[in-house]
Amino acid sequence: MVDFLLNTVKPHFNFWVYVILMMIGLWSLIAKNNLIKKMMGLAIFQTAIILFYVSLGVKDGATIPVLESYGDYAEKAEKAEPAGPEVAPPDATPAPVVVNPADTYANPVPHVLMLTAIVVGVATLGVALALCEMIYKEFDTLEEDELLRKIKALHDDA
Amino acid sequence: MLEQLPALILLAPLFGALLIGLIGLHDRRACFPIAFTALIISLASAIGAAMRAFTGGAYNYFIGGWEEPLGIGIVLRVDALNGLLLIAIAVVAVLAVIFTIRPSSEKDTDKTAYFYILFLLLCVGLFGITITGDAFNLFVLIEVSALTSYGLVAIGTSRRCKMAAFHYLLMGTVGASFYLLGVGYLYLKTGSLNMQDINTILTTNATVAQSPAIVTAFILILVGIWIKMAFFPLYGWLPNAYSYSPSGSSCLLAPLMTKVSVYVMIRVMLSLFGLEWVFGHPGWSDLVVWLAVIAILAGSIMALAQREIKRMLCYLIVAEIGYMVGGAWLNDPNLWGLTGASYHILADAMMTLCLFLFAGILFKYHGVSEIGDLGGMFKKMPITSIGFIVGALAMIGVPPTCGFFSKFYLIRGGIEGGHPEYVAALLISSLVNAVLFFRIFEIAYFGKNPAAGHSHDHGHDDHDSHDHDDPGDAVTTAARPMREAPVYALIPLLAAAALIILVGIFNGQIIELIRLTFEIPATVVSNLR
Repeated sequence: MVDFLLNTVKPHFNFWVYVILMMIGLWSLIAKNNLIKKMMGLAIFQTAIILFYVSLGVKDGATIPVLESYGDYAEKAEKAEPAGPEVAPPDATPAPVVVNPADTYANPVPHVLMLTAIVVGVATLGVALALCEMIYKEFDTLEEDELLRKIKALHDDA
Repeated sequence: MLEQLPALILLAPLFGALLIGLIGLHDRRACFPIAFTALIISLASAIGAAMRAFTGGAYNYFIGGWEEPLGIGIVLRVDALNGLLLIAIAVVAVLAVIFTIRPSSEKDTDKTAYFYILFLLLCVGLFGITITGDAFNLFVLIEVSALTSYGLVAIGTSRRCKMAAFHYLLMGTVGASFYLLGVGYLYLKTGSLNMQDINTILTTNATVAQSPAIVTAFILILVGIWIKMAFFPLYGWLPNAYSYSPSGSSCLLAPLMTKVSVYVMIRVMLSLFGLEWVFGHPGWSDLVVWLAVIAILAGSIMALAQREIKRMLCYLIVAEIGYMVGGAWLNDPNLWGLTGASYHILADAMMTLCLFLFAGILFKYHGVSEIGDLGGMFKKMPITSIGFIVGALAMIGVPPTCGFFSKFYLIRGGIEGGHPEYVAALLISSLVNAVLFFRIFEIAYFGKNPAAGHSHDHGHDDHDSHDHDDPGDAVTTAARPMREAPVYALIPLLAAAALIILVGIFNGQIIELIRLTFEIPATVVSNLR
């Protein structure tokens, strides 16, 4: 058990947490009867994905990603060798001829992406809350089984 | 100016939506002209942008001129296939907006401006999904179109549409989130979000391409898109969302949302992962084709059980999605399945538009929503009926409508790819469609008028005077007498019907353009004809 925790869970702790959070979200999305609780499940589900993305950008001992002189680097790199997609591990052996400044930065792209995803998530929850309010005004309940009963009655009357 | 056309496709409806927010909220008469103009500009730009791709091949457009090296640019990519799709989206949007001249939620005129804002933003989302060359922007644009479509479903006056919209929201968000997660895994392995870059890395770097993270990414993306396109086991949100939404919304949503999602799947297979990678996994093709067979049969059977026209059409969409997914996964040597699926995206957009316009006309002007109430329709509304007959024949697959040719290519792919079960499902589904539509033809041609006072709880309370010209009919007391719909409702219907036939007649040229994208020599195509 301890071995499992140390060898499997600890190195990928964030990823374990994200999967568990995601499953909690999906479960409450499927199993809960109350529409607001379903919505909360959706929010947890989305947050889990945000955690996943944020974990992608983390690097040990990295600095803030502010690009100061891209031009210099590009010039030098052109002379030296074409730079591939950054794969160099941060603990690489003695500095290569040209240090790609990106290697010392935390990867900003996933974090920036998540700003957008958070906005999208907030908008979705806003729309969902508005819909819940309209459903409540229409049917006086947010419990799904009652809603289905009332809708069925509506259908039978018609 | 001409090289800016790809951006203009997106910007015209976006600024149109903003303008409606500024002007239309004060003066509702301004809404329609602004929306119409914006969509016409989009249509013209889409044609221009697509023509360039047809003649000069695929090209990239960098918004704001931020080109590659920094990797923060937003890239739009136009090739022959999505050029065709852009034109189709613009055409459907223009026709659907003409249909909304008198919005279907007539009592609620306060919502007119909001309706058009959402309508235009949905168009922005759909154009964006089609044209973007960036995997993450695709997610954002999927959410733009999804959020607006929740609004468009919920804007109706029907009591059930809010509930339908809420379920649509839950399912849609889960689908988009799965897609986002898949893109995350892709980024983890490739360090890029640009579709072309990812494709290059996957095709050149075998260790990356074979890693389990990439397989996970593909499966997550695929499941996410399947939820979005209502592929069979994941279709639950579709029938309610489309049948309870107002007619104006469903005429835009039903032809486009699912079809654009199918295009996203084809795009992901073709230019993100690459067909060799996708079909390099033994068994995947067979599995998905069997799923598609189940989708086709289930959709057709459920359509048979429906009494309402719109709901029947919704289940037919589920079956049609099965056609396209199955076709795209046939993995036949000459890619006829994929060609047929791409062609069917265009064909199905036109057919669905035509039939939903027909259902919209019936419901909006006559309060009719059930098949049994169509008695005597052919005699009283001959022009509307022509539009409907063309749409129905295309669904069945009668030449020279486009439905025949898409089935032709799909079946050819099924035979060459060695999937007899898919061919059988297509033929059975065509037969079921024939039964469905000929039942309607029979009622509409021979049926008597429906009994009076058939209940309609959807707010059409203005009873017109009865139709006294009805010669010698025993049951003349229809609640709302049938007569031709106004011109602005007939124009889009007949235009859609004409397009169905045109897309069918010019199938050779369209197929040639589609296969340009697959990089298959045109000689293979010309041998066929």
